[in-house]
Amino acid sequence: MLNYIWTGLILFSIICAAATGRIQQLSSAVLTGAQDAVTLVISMTGMMCAWTGLMNIADKGGITLLLSKALNPLMSWLFPSCRKNGKAERAMCMNMTANLMGLGNAATPLGIAAMKELKKENPTDTADNAMAMFVVINASSIQLIPTFTAALRAQFGSATPFDILPAVWITSLGALAVGVLCAKALEGLFDG
Amino acid sequence: MDKIGIWVIPAVVLCIVLFGSFRGVPVFDAFITGAKEGLQSSVSILPTLVGLIMAVSMLSASGALDLLASFLGPAAGALGIPVQIIPLALIKPVSGSGATAILTQIYKDCGPDSFAGRVASVMAGSTETTFYAVAVYFGSVGIKKTRHTIPAAVAGDITALILSSLSVRLFFQ
Repeated sequence: MLNYIWTGLILFSIICAAATGRIQQLSSAVLTGAQDAVTLVISMTGMMCAWTGLMNIADKGGITLLLSKALNPLMSWLFPSCRKNGKAERAMCMNMTANLMGLGNAATPLGIAAMKELKKENPTDTADNAMAMFVVINASSIQLIPTFTAALRAQFGSATPFDILPAVWITSLGALAVGVLCAKALEGLFDG
Repeated sequence: MDKIGIWVIPAVVLCIVLFGSFRGVPVFDAFITGAKEGLQSSVSILPTLVGLIMAVSMLSASGALDLLASFLGPAAGALGIPVQIIPLALIKPVSGSGATAILTQIYKDCGPDSFAGRVASVMAGSTETTFYAVAVYFGSVGIKKTRHTIPAAVAGDITALILSSLSVRLFFQ
């Protein structure tokens, strides 16, 4: 499906650029976009190494095991096919905890580590139900305190930048619930 | 709130290192072993990111968003969603920095405490860059067939779009 979306994005962009006379901007965007990606990865690598390093300490010390035991009822409903308190489940718990605490920068490296563990249990090129569920949770990830948005509001003179909190909680919880329920409901409809 | 924010990372790092030491883990060695995996992950997501960011840069340079937004505006108005939100809802799933640029524009045009400003804040604060997450997570482990992931994630995004204007109405009007 990513193949179609990617092709669609590119075709649509070129058609729109031709229609609005912005081919010049488009052609420089091709190069700068590719360059931006490399810059992003280089600037992300330090963070990536730091969090996977800390994650390894946490795993060796048994923190991740404690976490996954605490989250066990939830985890076994979300990921029934995963081995209880296995490596994949422990990594997923770390990722979800990082998301809840608003550590978005830590959540991505931990999430990728979890995907690698899931991949060991499913060495094909087709996503299994656990992978799909895990990515859906990360894609509509729940945020307790949207610090970035609040800081941006404050910068533009908002009187009470955090007054959006209850609305954010309802919205992100609702979106997460719909995403998770859809993932559960649709899993039988798509074969590899 | 900001005070809590600056303590989260030091507290997490402290907990992990202390707990590890207490359990007799050779913490620095364990850190380095883990960090090596992070380096490999970085390298393995680079091709995915180049493809994705290239396409997204092309999309934002092409003026496609304005075109789509003017097209979808009337439908949004009928659902009680402020028109200014549409470009934000379209870019947020693919680009975090693109979303921030549009959010800034909405704050400049309407003010952060206006109805549109609040709805935009709630949307931006409660959603993720969906396609970016899907591409990076699956790309990092070489999954090609994503099955029901994208439909389910997009259902979540649409819910967030509708709920953001509903909840702002509920709390502020």
